Amino acid sequence: MAEVIVVTSGKGGVGKTTSSAALGTGLALKGYRTVVVDFDVGLRNLDLIMGCERRVVYDLVNVVKKEANLNQALIKDKRLEELYILPASQTRDKDALDIDGVARVIEELKAANFDYIICDSPAGIEKGALMALYFADRAIVVTNPEVSSVRDSDRILGILASKSKRAEEKLEPIREHLLVTRYSPTRVERGDMLALSDIEELLAIPLLGVIPESLAVLRASNSGIPVTFDQESDAGQAYLDAVDRFLGHKVPLRFVNTKKRTLLQRLFKAKEGAAA
Amino acid sequence: MSWIDLFRNKKRNTAVTAKERLQIVISHERTRQSQPDLITAMQAEILSIIAKYLGIPTDKIQEQVKVDVERRGEHSVLELNITLPESAHKALPKETAAEEA
Ligand SMILES: Nc1ncnc2c1ncn2[C@@H]1O[C@H](COP(=O)(O)OP(=O)(O)OP(=O)(O)O)[C@@H](O)[C@H]1O
Ligand SMILES: [Mg+2]
Repeated sequence: MAEVIVVTSGKGGVGKTTSSAALGTGLALKGYRTVVVDFDVGLRNLDLIMGCERRVVYDLVNVVKKEANLNQALIKDKRLEELYILPASQTRDKDALDIDGVARVIEELKAANFDYIICDSPAGIEKGALMALYFADRAIVVTNPEVSSVRDSDRILGILASKSKRAEEKLEPIREHLLVTRYSPTRVERGDMLALSDIEELLAIPLLGVIPESLAVLRASNSGIPVTFDQESDAGQAYLDAVDRFLGHKVPLRFVNTKKRTLLQRLFKAKEGAAA
Repeated sequence: MSWIDLFRNKKRNTAVTAKERLQIVISHERTRQSQPDLITAMQAEILSIIAKYLGIPTDKIQEQVKVDVERRGEHSVLELNITLPESAHKALPKETAAEEA
C-alpha cells in the first residue's frame, strides 16, 4: 500500500526541495517505486534539483484540471528505474489546485503502484501548503537550527494535527519526523547555533536525521543530481542514513559533532589564525 | 553595558538565548491554539464592561482601551491599558477620579 509523505516546514528556503529530491532518490535506490510531486505551483524547482527541467511537458495542474493524463505528466528519472517526478506548473498559481483534483491525482498515483508518494510542499501555511499536507500519512518536518525556522515548524505541526485529512476524519494521526538540515557542529560548539538536543526538546517529535551544512548540496543542485547520488559526501551519506531510519532501521547519527583535533593540528590551526 | 556587549556576552551565548525565547513563544502559541476562543472571549467581555461603565461608544472602545495578554516565563499576564476619555472623568464620582490620577 502506497504511503503519502509530505515534506514541509512553514518557513521558506530551509531545504524542503533538496530533501524531497534526496529522500526520494534514496528510497528509489533501495528499490522502492517512488514519485516526488512538486506542489510549489508557480515556483517549480524540483525539476531543476532532479535534473529533468528540459523534459517537462505537462505538470500537476494539467493533471488536476484533466488537461493531461498522469502518464503524460510523470517524468521517469534517467538514472533510477523506480524514480519518477511529477513537476509543478510554472505559469499558474496555487489557486489552480483544488482538493478534489489533488485527491484524484493521489488516488491515481496509488493505483499506479507507487510505494511512496513524496509531496514537496511550498513554504507558508496557505492553500498550496495545505494541499501538499492534506493527504499525508507521514510528515517530514524540515527545520534549520535557527529561531524562525523552529517556530514555524511548531506551527506546521499544529496544522498537521488539525487541518489534515487524518485529523479531520479523526483517523490515526500523521506520523511526524524531524529532519534538521544545514546543521553546523562548529557553530553549535561555539554557542552560535541551536543544538540538535534543543531543537528535539522544543519540537518533541522523533528525529529522522541531521543533514550537515554542506558544499555538496550546492554542487548537487548546480548539476541537477540529487545529493544522495554523491555517496562520498557528508550530506549524501546523511540523507541515506535518514532513508534507512525512515524504513525503520536503527542507524547511529553522524556529522553532528565537530571533529576533535589533535594537539598538533590545533597548534597548526592557531598558527594559521595568527598568520591570517 | 554597551550595545555591542549584548552580542559578545560569552557566558550567555546566543544559542542559549535562542532556546529560551523559543520555549516561551512556542508554549504560548501551543496553549493559544488549544484554547483559541477563551482569551478572545474574555478580552471582548472585559471591553464591553468597560464600555458600559465609562459610557464609551462601542465603536470607539478599541481606541481607548487596550487589553493584552502577554507571556512572561511560566505566567500569562493580562494587561489592561485604559485611556479615560474626558466624559468618563466627569461621569465618575470625585474620589474615584482622584484615585485614578
Ligand atoms: N545541507 C545543506 N547545506 C548547504 N546548503 C543547503 C543545504 N540544504 C539546503 N541548502 C540550500 O538552501 C537553499 C534552499 O534549499 P531548498 O530550495 O531545498 O529549500 P526549500 O525549503 O525547498 O525552499 P522553498 O521554501 O523556497 O521551496 C538552496 O540554495 C540549497 O542549495
Ligand atoms: Mg522548495
